[in-house]
Amino acid sequence: MNFRAIKVIYKYEMLRAWETLLQSFISPVISTSLYFVVFGSAIGSRIQQVEGVPYGAFIVPGLMMLVLLTQSVSNASFGIFFPKFTGTIYEIMSAPLSFFEILLGYVGAAATKSLIIGLIILVTAGFFVPLQIAHPVWMTMFLVLTCISFSLLGFIIGLWADNFEKLQLIPMLVITPMVFLGGSFYSVDMLPPVWQTVTLFNPVVYLISGFRWSFFEVSDVSVGLSLAMVLVFLGICLLIVWWMFKTGYRLKQ
Amino acid sequence: MQPIISINNLSKTYSNGYEALKNINLEIVEGEILALLGPNGAGKTTLISIICGIVAASQGSITVSGFDTVSDYRQTRRLIGLVPQELTLGAFEKVSNTLRFSRGLFGKKPDNTYLETLLKDLSLWDKKDSMLMRLSGGMKRRVLIAKALSHEPSVLFLDEPTAGVDVKLRKDMWTLIERLRESGVTIILTTHYIEEAEAIADRVGVISNGELLLVENKEVLMHELGAKRLIIELNSAIQKIPASLKTWELDLAGNGRQLVYTYDPHNKPTGIRDLLNAANEAGLQLDDIRTTQSSLEDIFINLVHAQP
Repeated sequence: MNFRAIKVIYKYEMLRAWETLLQSFISPVISTSLYFVVFGSAIGSRIQQVEGVPYGAFIVPGLMMLVLLTQSVSNASFGIFFPKFTGTIYEIMSAPLSFFEILLGYVGAAATKSLIIGLIILVTAGFFVPLQIAHPVWMTMFLVLTCISFSLLGFIIGLWADNFEKLQLIPMLVITPMVFLGGSFYSVDMLPPVWQTVTLFNPVVYLISGFRWSFFEVSDVSVGLSLAMVLVFLGICLLIVWWMFKTGYRLKQ
Repeated sequence: MQPIISINNLSKTYSNGYEALKNINLEIVEGEILALLGPNGAGKTTLISIICGIVAASQGSITVSGFDTVSDYRQTRRLIGLVPQELTLGAFEKVSNTLRFSRGLFGKKPDNTYLETLLKDLSLWDKKDSMLMRLSGGMKRRVLIAKALSHEPSVLFLDEPTAGVDVKLRKDMWTLIERLRESGVTIILTTHYIEEAEAIADRVGVISNGELLLVENKEVLMHELGAKRLIIELNSAIQKIPASLKTWELDLAGNGRQLVYTYDPHNKPTGIRDLLNAANEAGLQLDDIRTTQSSLEDIFINLVHAQP
Protein backbone atom coordinates (compact mmCIF):
# COMPACT_ATOMS: atom_id res chain seq x y z
CA MET A 1 0.00 0.00 0.00
CA ASN A 2 1.17 3.50 -0.85
CA PHE A 3 0.17 5.04 2.50
CA ARG A 4 2.05 8.28 1.84
CA ALA A 5 0.02 8.88 -1.30
CA ILE A 6 -3.26 8.18 0.51
CA LYS A 7 -2.14 10.59 3.20
CA VAL A 8 -1.25 13.42 0.79
CA ILE A 9 -4.54 13.08 -1.10
CA TYR A 10 -6.46 13.01 2.19
CA LYS A 11 -4.54 15.98 3.58
CA TYR A 12 -4.93 17.93 0.35
CA GLU A 13 -8.69 17.41 0.33
CA MET A 14 -9.03 18.30 4.02
CA LEU A 15 -6.91 21.39 3.50
CA ARG A 16 -9.20 22.45 0.66
CA ALA A 17 -12.15 22.29 3.06
CA TRP A 18 -10.21 24.19 5.70
CA GLU A 19 -9.28 26.93 3.23
CA THR A 20 -12.94 27.30 2.29
CA LEU A 21 -14.06 27.21 5.90
CA LEU A 22 -17.07 29.44 5.31
CA GLN A 23 -18.44 27.29 2.54
CA SER A 24 -17.47 23.94 4.02
CA PHE A 25 -18.41 24.19 7.66
CA ILE A 26 -20.10 27.46 8.49
CA SER A 27 -22.72 27.48 5.74
CA PRO A 28 -24.24 24.09 6.77
CA VAL A 29 -24.48 25.41 10.35
CA ILE A 30 -26.28 28.55 9.21
CA SER A 31 -28.70 26.63 6.98
CA THR A 32 -29.39 24.15 9.80
CA SER A 33 -30.09 26.99 12.21
CA LEU A 34 -32.55 28.40 9.67
CA TYR A 35 -34.31 25.04 9.46
CA PHE A 36 -34.66 25.05 13.25
CA VAL A 37 -36.06 28.56 13.20
CA VAL A 38 -38.57 27.74 10.44
CA PHE A 39 -39.51 24.13 11.20
CA GLY A 40 -38.64 23.93 14.86
CA SER A 41 -39.97 27.22 16.15
CA ALA A 42 -42.45 28.62 13.61
CA ILE A 43 -44.11 25.36 12.53
CA GLY A 44 -43.01 23.22 15.47
CA SER A 45 -44.83 25.45 17.92
CA ARG A 46 -48.11 24.31 16.28
CA ILE A 47 -47.15 20.61 16.30
CA GLN A 48 -46.75 19.50 19.86
CA GLN A 49 -45.27 16.02 19.58
CA VAL A 50 -44.62 13.30 16.98
CA GLU A 51 -44.65 9.78 18.38
CA GLY A 52 -44.04 11.18 21.83
CA VAL A 53 -41.02 13.31 20.78
CA PRO A 54 -41.19 17.12 20.70
CA TYR A 55 -41.25 18.18 17.04
CA GLY A 56 -38.14 20.36 17.35
CA ALA A 57 -36.12 17.37 18.56
CA PHE A 58 -37.88 14.94 16.19
CA ILE A 59 -36.49 16.70 13.11
CA VAL A 60 -32.85 16.69 14.34
CA PRO A 61 -31.89 13.24 12.92
CA GLY A 62 -33.65 14.00 9.62
CA LEU A 63 -31.95 17.34 9.38
CA MET A 64 -28.57 15.79 10.09
CA MET A 65 -29.20 13.19 7.38
CA LEU A 66 -30.28 15.89 4.94
CA VAL A 67 -27.01 17.74 5.41
CA LEU A 68 -24.86 14.59 5.63
CA LEU A 69 -26.20 13.16 2.39
CA THR A 70 -25.92 16.36 0.38
CA GLN A 71 -22.50 17.23 1.82
CA SER A 72 -21.06 13.73 1.35
CA VAL A 73 -22.17 13.64 -2.26
CA SER A 74 -21.04 17.17 -3.07
CA ASN A 75 -17.66 16.87 -1.29
CA ALA A 76 -16.74 13.56 -2.90
CA SER A 77 -18.06 14.36 -6.36
CA PHE A 78 -16.30 17.71 -6.50
CA GLY A 79 -13.08 16.22 -5.06
CA ILE A 80 -12.59 13.87 -8.01
CA PHE A 81 -14.38 15.94 -10.66
CA PHE A 82 -12.20 19.03 -10.18
CA PRO A 83 -8.85 17.35 -11.04
CA LYS A 84 -10.59 15.78 -14.04
CA PHE A 85 -11.88 19.19 -15.09
CA THR A 86 -8.54 21.00 -14.67
CA GLY A 87 -6.50 18.11 -16.08
CA THR A 88 -4.41 17.63 -12.92
CA ILE A 89 -5.80 14.07 -12.71
CA TYR A 90 -2.85 13.05 -14.93
CA GLU A 91 -0.66 13.22 -11.84
CA ILE A 92 -2.85 10.81 -9.88
CA MET A 93 -3.17 8.48 -12.86
CA SER A 94 0.58 8.33 -13.49
CA ALA A 95 1.52 7.85 -9.82
CA PRO A 96 2.21 4.39 -8.36
CA LEU A 97 -1.27 4.19 -6.90
CA SER A 98 -3.95 1.53 -7.06
CA PHE A 99 -7.51 2.64 -7.64
CA PHE A 100 -8.35 1.49 -4.11
CA GLU A 101 -5.73 3.86 -2.71
CA ILE A 102 -7.14 6.73 -4.77
CA LEU A 103 -10.58 5.85 -3.41
CA LEU A 104 -9.34 5.78 0.19
CA GLY A 105 -7.80 9.24 -0.17
CA TYR A 106 -10.76 10.98 -1.78
CA VAL A 107 -13.68 9.14 -0.16
CA GLY A 108 -11.93 9.11 3.22
CA ALA A 109 -11.55 12.89 3.14
CA ALA A 110 -15.11 13.51 1.90
CA ALA A 111 -16.56 11.20 4.56
CA THR A 112 -14.47 12.87 7.30
CA LYS A 113 -15.67 16.31 6.25
CA SER A 114 -19.29 15.16 6.33
CA LEU A 115 -18.79 13.54 9.70
CA ILE A 116 -17.39 16.78 11.11
CA ILE A 117 -20.33 18.73 9.65
CA GLY A 118 -22.76 16.17 11.10
CA LEU A 119 -21.26 16.57 14.55
CA ILE A 120 -21.30 20.36 14.25
CA ILE A 121 -25.00 20.21 13.38
CA LEU A 122 -25.65 17.94 16.34
CA VAL A 123 -23.99 20.44 18.65
CA THR A 124 -25.85 23.34 16.96
CA ALA A 125 -29.15 21.49 17.41
CA GLY A 126 -28.37 21.19 21.12
CA PHE A 127 -28.64 24.98 21.38
CA PHE A 128 -32.19 24.95 20.00
CA VAL A 129 -33.78 21.82 21.43
CA PRO A 130 -33.12 19.44 24.34
CA LEU A 131 -31.48 16.36 22.84
CA GLN A 132 -31.17 12.77 23.97
CA ILE A 133 -29.26 10.00 22.27
CA ALA A 134 -30.63 6.66 23.40
CA HIS A 135 -28.09 4.52 21.50
CA PRO A 136 -24.86 6.48 20.87
CA VAL A 137 -23.05 3.48 19.36
CA TRP A 138 -25.82 2.86 16.83
CA MET A 139 -25.99 6.57 16.12
CA THR A 140 -22.26 6.68 15.41
CA MET A 141 -22.52 3.58 13.25
CA PHE A 142 -25.34 5.03 11.16
CA LEU A 143 -23.48 8.33 10.95
CA VAL A 144 -20.22 6.77 9.75
CA LEU A 145 -21.88 4.32 7.34
CA THR A 146 -23.99 7.09 5.81
CA CYS A 147 -20.96 9.35 5.36
CA ILE A 148 -18.98 6.58 3.66
CA SER A 149 -21.86 5.30 1.48
CA PHE A 150 -22.88 8.69 0.18
CA SER A 151 -19.29 9.81 -0.28
CA LEU A 152 -18.90 6.72 -2.46
CA LEU A 153 -22.01 7.74 -4.37
CA GLY A 154 -20.54 11.23 -4.76
CA PHE A 155 -17.29 9.74 -6.01
CA ILE A 156 -19.24 7.75 -8.61
CA ILE A 157 -21.08 10.89 -9.71
CA GLY A 158 -17.77 12.80 -9.89
CA LEU A 159 -16.25 10.10 -12.08
CA TRP A 160 -19.33 9.88 -14.30
CA ALA A 161 -19.89 13.62 -14.75
CA ASP A 162 -18.09 15.24 -17.63
CA ASN A 163 -19.53 18.70 -17.06
CA PHE A 164 -20.79 20.84 -14.19
CA GLU A 165 -24.42 20.29 -15.14
CA LYS A 166 -24.14 16.53 -14.71
CA LEU A 167 -22.28 17.08 -11.45
CA GLN A 168 -25.31 18.91 -10.04
CA LEU A 169 -27.97 16.83 -11.74
CA ILE A 170 -28.25 13.84 -9.40
CA PRO A 171 -27.74 15.75 -6.11
CA MET A 172 -30.40 18.30 -7.07
CA LEU A 173 -32.94 16.16 -8.88
CA VAL A 174 -32.60 12.86 -7.06
CA ILE A 175 -30.94 13.12 -3.68
CA THR A 176 -32.53 16.29 -2.30
CA PRO A 177 -36.12 15.20 -3.18
CA MET A 178 -35.42 11.72 -1.78
CA VAL A 179 -34.26 13.19 1.53
CA PHE A 180 -37.17 15.60 1.78
CA LEU A 181 -39.63 12.81 0.96
CA GLY A 182 -37.81 10.31 3.16
CA GLY A 183 -39.28 11.48 6.44
CA SER A 184 -36.76 14.13 7.44
CA PHE A 185 -39.45 16.38 8.82
CA TYR A 186 -42.30 13.95 9.43
CA SER A 187 -43.10 10.40 10.40
CA VAL A 188 -44.15 8.04 7.64
CA ASP A 189 -47.24 7.23 9.77
CA MET A 190 -48.47 10.78 9.14
CA LEU A 191 -48.90 10.02 5.40
CA PRO A 192 -52.03 8.55 3.76
CA PRO A 193 -51.80 4.72 3.48
CA VAL A 194 -51.01 4.73 -0.27
CA TRP A 195 -48.10 7.12 0.18
CA GLN A 196 -46.87 5.11 3.14
CA THR A 197 -46.39 2.18 0.75
CA VAL A 198 -44.87 4.32 -1.99
CA THR A 199 -42.41 5.92 0.39
CA LEU A 200 -41.00 2.53 1.38
CA PHE A 201 -39.34 2.43 -2.05
CA ASN A 202 -37.26 5.41 -1.01
CA PRO A 203 -33.99 4.07 0.52
CA VAL A 204 -33.51 7.27 2.51
CA VAL A 205 -36.57 6.38 4.60
CA TYR A 206 -34.66 3.44 6.10
CA LEU A 207 -31.64 5.59 6.76
CA ILE A 208 -33.55 8.33 8.57
CA SER A 209 -35.71 5.85 10.42
CA GLY A 210 -32.75 3.92 11.79
CA PHE A 211 -30.89 7.09 12.67
CA ARG A 212 -33.94 8.51 14.44
CA TRP A 213 -34.33 5.27 16.39
CA SER A 214 -30.79 5.66 17.73
CA PHE A 215 -31.90 9.02 19.19
CA PHE A 216 -35.44 8.46 20.41
CA GLU A 217 -36.16 4.74 20.02
CA VAL A 218 -38.99 5.53 17.59
CA SER A 219 -38.82 4.38 14.00
CA ASP A 220 -40.93 3.87 10.88
CA VAL A 221 -39.26 0.55 10.01
CA SER A 222 -37.26 -1.88 12.14
CA VAL A 223 -33.69 -0.87 12.95
CA GLY A 224 -32.37 -4.18 11.60
CA LEU A 225 -33.96 -3.48 8.24
CA SER A 226 -32.54 0.06 8.29
CA LEU A 227 -29.04 -1.24 8.91
CA ALA A 228 -29.43 -3.90 6.22
CA MET A 229 -30.54 -1.27 3.69
CA VAL A 230 -27.55 0.96 4.50
CA LEU A 231 -25.21 -2.00 4.05
CA VAL A 232 -26.88 -2.99 0.77
CA PHE A 233 -26.50 0.58 -0.50
CA LEU A 234 -22.85 0.60 0.59
CA GLY A 235 -22.31 -2.72 -1.18
CA ILE A 236 -23.90 -1.48 -4.41
CA CYS A 237 -21.75 1.67 -4.38
CA LEU A 238 -18.61 -0.40 -3.77
CA LEU A 239 -19.54 -2.70 -6.66
CA ILE A 240 -20.06 0.23 -9.03
CA VAL A 241 -16.75 1.83 -8.00
CA TRP A 242 -14.97 -1.51 -8.37
CA TRP A 243 -16.38 -1.86 -11.91
CA MET A 244 -15.44 1.73 -12.76
CA PHE A 245 -11.88 1.18 -11.63
CA LYS A 246 -11.61 -2.20 -13.29
CA THR A 247 -12.68 -0.82 -16.63
CA GLY A 248 -11.02 2.58 -16.17
CA TYR A 249 -14.44 4.16 -16.83
CA ARG A 250 -14.08 7.90 -17.59
CA LEU A 251 -10.53 7.80 -16.22
CA LYS A 252 -8.49 5.70 -18.60
CA GLN A 253 -9.18 5.71 -22.31
CA MET B 1 23.56 -1.41 -23.69
CA GLN B 2 20.40 -2.55 -21.92
CA PRO B 3 17.45 -0.30 -22.84
CA ILE B 4 15.71 1.49 -19.97
CA ILE B 5 12.42 1.43 -21.89
CA SER B 6 11.39 -1.28 -24.28
CA ILE B 7 8.20 -0.98 -26.32
CA ASN B 8 7.01 -4.09 -28.13
CA ASN B 9 4.29 -4.29 -30.80
CA LEU B 10 2.31 -1.51 -29.18
CA SER B 11 -1.02 -0.54 -30.73
CA LYS B 12 -3.81 1.69 -29.56
CA THR B 13 -7.30 1.95 -31.00
CA TYR B 14 -9.69 4.30 -29.21
CA SER B 15 -13.32 3.34 -28.56
CA ASN B 16 -14.43 5.46 -31.53
CA GLY B 17 -12.31 3.26 -33.80
CA TYR B 18 -9.49 5.76 -34.27
CA GLU B 19 -6.16 3.96 -34.61
CA ALA B 20 -3.74 6.20 -32.73
CA LEU B 21 -0.74 3.83 -32.68
CA LYS B 22 0.13 1.02 -35.04
CA ASN B 23 2.52 -1.68 -33.96
CA ILE B 24 5.20 0.50 -32.36
CA ASN B 25 8.55 -1.06 -31.49
CA LEU B 26 11.09 1.13 -29.79
CA GLU B 27 13.99 0.84 -27.35
CA ILE B 28 15.18 3.83 -25.36
CA VAL B 29 18.71 3.78 -24.02
CA GLU B 30 19.55 4.98 -20.52
CA GLY B 31 20.89 8.53 -20.39
CA GLU B 32 19.88 9.60 -23.88
CA ILE B 33 17.65 12.39 -25.12
CA LEU B 34 15.15 11.02 -27.59
CA ALA B 35 12.97 13.43 -29.53
CA LEU B 36 9.71 12.09 -30.90
CA LEU B 37 8.94 14.23 -33.86
CA GLY B 38 5.61 14.34 -35.60
CA PRO B 39 2.76 16.55 -36.71
CA ASN B 40 -0.27 17.20 -34.49
CA GLY B 41 -2.34 14.04 -34.02
CA ALA B 42 0.55 11.75 -34.99
CA GLY B 43 0.26 9.69 -31.77
CA LYS B 44 3.13 11.15 -29.74
CA THR B 45 1.06 12.01 -26.66
CA THR B 46 -0.82 8.70 -26.82
CA LEU B 47 2.50 6.85 -26.82
CA ILE B 48 3.85 8.57 -23.71
CA SER B 49 0.46 8.44 -22.01
CA ILE B 50 0.47 4.66 -22.37
CA ILE B 51 4.00 4.38 -20.97
CA CYS B 52 2.99 6.56 -17.99
CA GLY B 53 -0.22 4.60 -17.32
CA ILE B 54 -2.74 7.27 -18.27
CA VAL B 55 -4.02 5.50 -21.37
CA ALA B 56 -4.48 1.73 -21.71
CA ALA B 57 -2.82 -0.01 -24.65
CA SER B 58 -4.96 -2.10 -27.01
CA GLN B 59 -2.10 -4.46 -27.78
CA GLY B 60 1.58 -4.93 -27.02
CA SER B 61 3.74 -4.44 -23.95
CA ILE B 62 6.17 -1.98 -22.42
CA THR B 63 8.90 -2.53 -19.88
CA VAL B 64 10.74 0.12 -17.89
CA SER B 65 13.99 -1.09 -16.34
CA GLY B 66 12.75 -4.62 -16.97
CA PHE B 67 9.40 -4.11 -15.19
CA ASP B 68 6.13 -4.42 -17.07
CA THR B 69 4.12 -1.18 -17.05
CA VAL B 70 0.84 -3.04 -16.40
CA SER B 71 1.69 -5.85 -13.98
CA ASP B 72 4.53 -4.00 -12.19
CA TYR B 73 3.05 -0.50 -12.49
CA ARG B 74 4.22 0.58 -9.04
CA GLN B 75 7.87 -0.04 -9.93
CA THR B 76 7.67 1.50 -13.41
CA ARG B 77 5.78 4.61 -12.37
CA ARG B 78 8.24 5.33 -9.58
CA LEU B 79 10.95 5.56 -12.24
CA ILE B 80 9.03 7.96 -14.46
CA GLY B 81 8.29 11.67 -14.31
CA LEU B 82 5.83 13.28 -16.70
CA VAL B 83 5.52 16.90 -17.78
CA PRO B 84 2.22 17.29 -19.63
CA GLN B 85 1.69 19.48 -22.63
CA GLU B 86 -1.00 21.67 -21.08
CA LEU B 87 -0.31 23.91 -18.10
CA THR B 88 -2.42 21.71 -15.84
CA LEU B 89 -1.91 23.12 -12.38
CA GLY B 90 -4.15 24.01 -9.48
CA ALA B 91 -4.70 27.67 -8.73
CA PHE B 92 -4.69 28.28 -5.02
CA GLU B 93 -1.83 26.12 -3.82
CA LYS B 94 1.65 27.31 -3.03
CA VAL B 95 4.54 26.16 -5.23
CA SER B 96 6.30 24.30 -2.41
CA ASN B 97 3.07 22.56 -1.31
CA THR B 98 2.27 21.31 -4.78
CA LEU B 99 5.76 19.81 -5.01
CA ARG B 100 5.35 18.09 -1.64
CA PHE B 101 2.02 16.70 -2.85
CA SER B 102 3.62 15.30 -6.02
CA ARG B 103 6.47 13.71 -4.08
CA GLY B 104 4.03 12.16 -1.63
CA LEU B 105 1.98 10.63 -4.46
CA PHE B 106 5.03 8.64 -5.44
CA GLY B 107 5.42 7.36 -1.90
CA LYS B 108 8.56 9.36 -1.13
CA LYS B 109 9.34 10.85 2.27
CA PRO B 110 9.31 14.67 2.40
CA ASP B 111 12.81 16.02 1.74
CA ASN B 112 13.15 19.75 2.17
CA THR B 113 16.83 19.78 1.11
CA TYR B 114 16.01 18.15 -2.23
CA LEU B 115 13.02 20.44 -2.64
CA GLU B 116 15.22 23.49 -2.13
CA THR B 117 17.84 22.25 -4.63
CA LEU B 118 15.15 21.50 -7.19
CA LEU B 119 13.49 24.89 -6.84
CA LYS B 120 16.84 26.65 -7.03
CA ASP B 121 17.85 24.66 -10.12
CA LEU B 122 14.65 25.73 -11.83
CA SER B 123 14.95 29.36 -10.65
CA LEU B 124 11.78 29.01 -8.60
CA TRP B 125 13.18 29.32 -5.09
CA ASP B 126 11.97 32.88 -4.61
CA LYS B 127 8.50 31.77 -5.73
CA LYS B 128 8.20 28.86 -3.31
CA ASP B 129 5.47 30.58 -1.29
CA SER B 130 3.65 32.04 -4.28
CA MET B 131 0.25 30.81 -5.29
CA LEU B 132 0.26 28.94 -8.59
CA MET B 133 -2.31 31.25 -10.15
CA ARG B 134 0.07 34.19 -9.71
CA LEU B 135 2.85 32.65 -11.79
CA SER B 136 3.63 33.47 -15.40
CA GLY B 137 3.28 30.84 -18.13
CA GLY B 138 7.01 30.15 -18.17
CA MET B 139 7.12 29.71 -14.41
CA LYS B 140 4.13 27.38 -14.49
CA ARG B 141 5.95 25.28 -17.08
CA ARG B 142 8.97 25.11 -14.74
CA VAL B 143 6.71 24.17 -11.81
CA LEU B 144 5.38 21.28 -13.89
CA ILE B 145 8.95 20.14 -14.51
CA ALA B 146 9.71 20.48 -10.80
CA LYS B 147 6.63 18.39 -9.97
CA ALA B 148 7.73 15.72 -12.42
CA LEU B 149 11.20 15.67 -10.85
CA SER B 150 9.98 15.86 -7.25
CA HIS B 151 10.23 12.09 -6.77
CA GLU B 152 13.70 11.88 -8.39
CA PRO B 153 12.76 9.83 -11.47
CA SER B 154 15.25 8.15 -13.81
CA VAL B 155 13.16 8.84 -16.89
CA LEU B 156 11.53 12.15 -17.73
CA PHE B 157 8.83 12.57 -20.36
CA LEU B 158 8.34 16.07 -21.66
CA ASP B 159 5.27 16.43 -23.82
CA GLU B 160 5.79 19.43 -26.10
CA PRO B 161 7.81 21.29 -23.45
CA THR B 162 8.24 24.43 -25.49
CA ALA B 163 4.85 24.63 -27.20
CA GLY B 164 3.74 28.24 -27.19
CA VAL B 165 6.71 29.63 -25.27
CA ASP B 166 8.91 32.49 -26.40
CA VAL B 167 12.37 32.06 -27.92
CA LYS B 168 14.29 32.89 -24.76
CA LEU B 169 12.32 30.48 -22.62
CA ARG B 170 12.72 27.81 -25.26
CA LYS B 171 16.50 28.21 -25.15
CA ASP B 172 16.42 28.16 -21.33
CA MET B 173 14.40 24.97 -21.51
CA TRP B 174 16.96 23.37 -23.80
CA THR B 175 19.74 24.27 -21.36
CA LEU B 176 17.72 22.78 -18.54
CA ILE B 177 17.10 19.56 -20.47
CA GLU B 178 20.80 19.26 -21.18
CA ARG B 179 21.57 19.74 -17.48
CA LEU B 180 19.06 17.06 -16.54
CA ARG B 181 20.67 14.64 -18.95
CA GLU B 182 24.05 15.39 -17.41
CA SER B 183 22.58 14.43 -14.04
CA GLY B 184 21.77 10.99 -15.47
CA VAL B 185 18.09 11.38 -16.34
CA THR B 186 16.88 9.76 -19.56
CA ILE B 187 14.73 12.24 -21.45
CA ILE B 188 12.03 11.60 -23.99
CA LEU B 189 10.46 14.68 -25.45
CA THR B 190 7.75 15.08 -28.01
CA THR B 191 7.86 18.05 -30.26
CA HIS B 192 6.76 19.30 -33.60
CA TYR B 193 9.58 21.83 -33.66
CA ILE B 194 12.28 20.34 -35.87
CA GLU B 195 14.88 22.81 -34.62
CA GLU B 196 14.25 21.58 -31.08
CA ALA B 197 15.04 18.01 -31.99
CA GLU B 198 18.01 19.19 -34.03
CA ALA B 199 19.36 21.26 -31.14
CA ILE B 200 19.11 18.88 -28.21
CA ALA B 201 18.28 15.30 -29.17
CA ASP B 202 20.72 12.40 -29.42
CA ARG B 203 18.24 10.33 -31.37
CA VAL B 204 15.17 11.28 -33.32
CA GLY B 205 12.04 9.21 -33.83
CA VAL B 206 9.57 10.29 -36.47
CA ILE B 207 5.91 9.44 -35.87
CA SER B 208 3.16 10.05 -38.37
CA ASN B 209 -0.38 8.63 -38.45
CA GLY B 210 0.42 6.37 -35.53
CA GLU B 211 3.41 4.77 -37.20
CA LEU B 212 6.98 5.09 -36.07
CA LEU B 213 8.61 5.81 -39.41
CA LEU B 214 12.16 5.68 -38.15
CA VAL B 215 14.36 6.08 -35.11
CA GLU B 216 17.89 7.08 -35.75
CA ASN B 217 20.86 8.84 -34.26
CA LYS B 218 20.46 12.48 -35.24
CA GLU B 219 23.87 12.82 -36.91
CA VAL B 220 23.55 9.50 -38.71
CA LEU B 221 20.07 10.44 -39.86
CA MET B 222 21.22 13.71 -41.29
CA HIS B 223 24.25 12.07 -42.84
CA GLU B 224 22.37 9.15 -44.38
CA LEU B 225 19.19 10.79 -45.45
CA GLY B 226 20.42 14.32 -45.85
CA ALA B 227 20.95 15.36 -49.45
CA LYS B 228 23.35 18.22 -50.14
CA ARG B 229 22.78 21.23 -52.32
CA LEU B 230 25.33 23.02 -54.42
CA ILE B 231 24.32 26.61 -54.99
CA ILE B 232 26.00 28.39 -57.89
CA GLU B 233 25.70 32.17 -57.75
CA LEU B 234 25.66 33.70 -61.22
CA ASN B 235 27.10 37.04 -62.20
CA SER B 236 23.96 37.98 -64.09
CA ALA B 237 20.40 36.66 -64.12
CA ILE B 238 19.33 34.12 -66.75
CA GLN B 239 15.80 33.37 -68.02
CA LYS B 240 16.21 29.62 -68.46
CA ILE B 241 18.72 26.92 -67.74
CA PRO B 242 20.95 26.12 -70.75
CA ALA B 243 20.00 22.84 -72.47
CA SER B 244 23.55 21.52 -72.04
CA LEU B 245 22.98 21.45 -68.22
CA LYS B 246 19.82 19.36 -68.42
CA THR B 247 21.57 16.21 -67.15
CA TRP B 248 21.96 17.68 -63.64
CA GLU B 249 18.25 18.56 -63.17
CA LEU B 250 19.07 21.99 -61.82
CA ASP B 251 16.65 24.43 -60.26
CA LEU B 252 16.72 28.11 -61.08
CA ALA B 253 16.40 30.28 -57.97
CA GLY B 254 17.24 33.74 -56.65
CA ASN B 255 15.45 35.56 -59.49
CA GLY B 256 17.53 33.76 -62.08
CA ARG B 257 20.86 34.37 -60.32
CA GLN B 258 21.22 30.96 -58.64
CA LEU B 259 21.53 27.46 -60.02
CA VAL B 260 20.75 24.79 -57.41
CA TYR B 261 22.06 21.26 -57.81
CA THR B 262 20.76 18.66 -55.32
CA TYR B 263 22.97 15.61 -54.97
CA ASP B 264 23.65 12.63 -52.74
CA PRO B 265 27.14 13.09 -51.25
CA HIS B 266 27.51 9.30 -50.91
CA ASN B 267 27.18 8.70 -54.65
CA LYS B 268 30.60 9.15 -56.20
CA PRO B 269 31.34 10.89 -58.43
CA THR B 270 28.93 13.60 -57.38
CA GLY B 271 29.00 15.25 -60.79
CA ILE B 272 30.05 18.62 -59.40
CA ARG B 273 33.24 18.92 -61.44
CA ASP B 274 31.45 18.06 -64.69
CA LEU B 275 28.65 20.50 -63.84
CA LEU B 276 31.07 23.36 -63.25
CA ASN B 277 32.87 22.59 -66.53
CA ALA B 278 29.59 22.45 -68.41
CA ALA B 279 28.44 25.72 -66.88
CA ASN B 280 31.69 27.33 -67.96
CA GLU B 281 31.32 25.98 -71.49
CA ALA B 282 27.73 27.26 -71.59
CA GLY B 283 29.19 30.74 -71.04
CA LEU B 284 27.80 31.30 -67.54
CA GLN B 285 29.79 33.71 -65.34
CA LEU B 286 30.07 32.24 -61.81
CA ASP B 287 30.33 34.61 -58.84
CA ASP B 288 30.30 32.16 -55.95
CA ILE B 289 29.78 28.51 -55.07
CA ARG B 290 28.53 27.09 -51.75
CA THR B 291 26.95 23.90 -50.41
CA THR B 292 24.22 23.35 -47.81
CA GLN B 293 23.18 20.22 -45.92
CA SER B 294 19.51 19.16 -45.69
CA SER B 295 18.00 20.08 -42.38
CA LEU B 296 16.06 17.69 -40.21
CA GLU B 297 13.01 19.57 -41.39
CA ASP B 298 13.62 18.53 -45.00
CA ILE B 299 14.14 14.94 -43.91
CA PHE B 300 11.01 15.02 -41.80
CA ILE B 301 8.88 16.49 -44.58
CA ASN B 302 10.20 13.93 -47.07
CA LEU B 303 9.46 11.06 -44.69
CA VAL B 304 5.98 12.19 -43.76
CA HIS B 305 5.04 13.04 -47.33
CA ALA B 306 6.38 9.74 -48.59
CA GLN B 307 3.73 7.93 -46.49
CA PRO B 308 0.91 6.39 -48.51
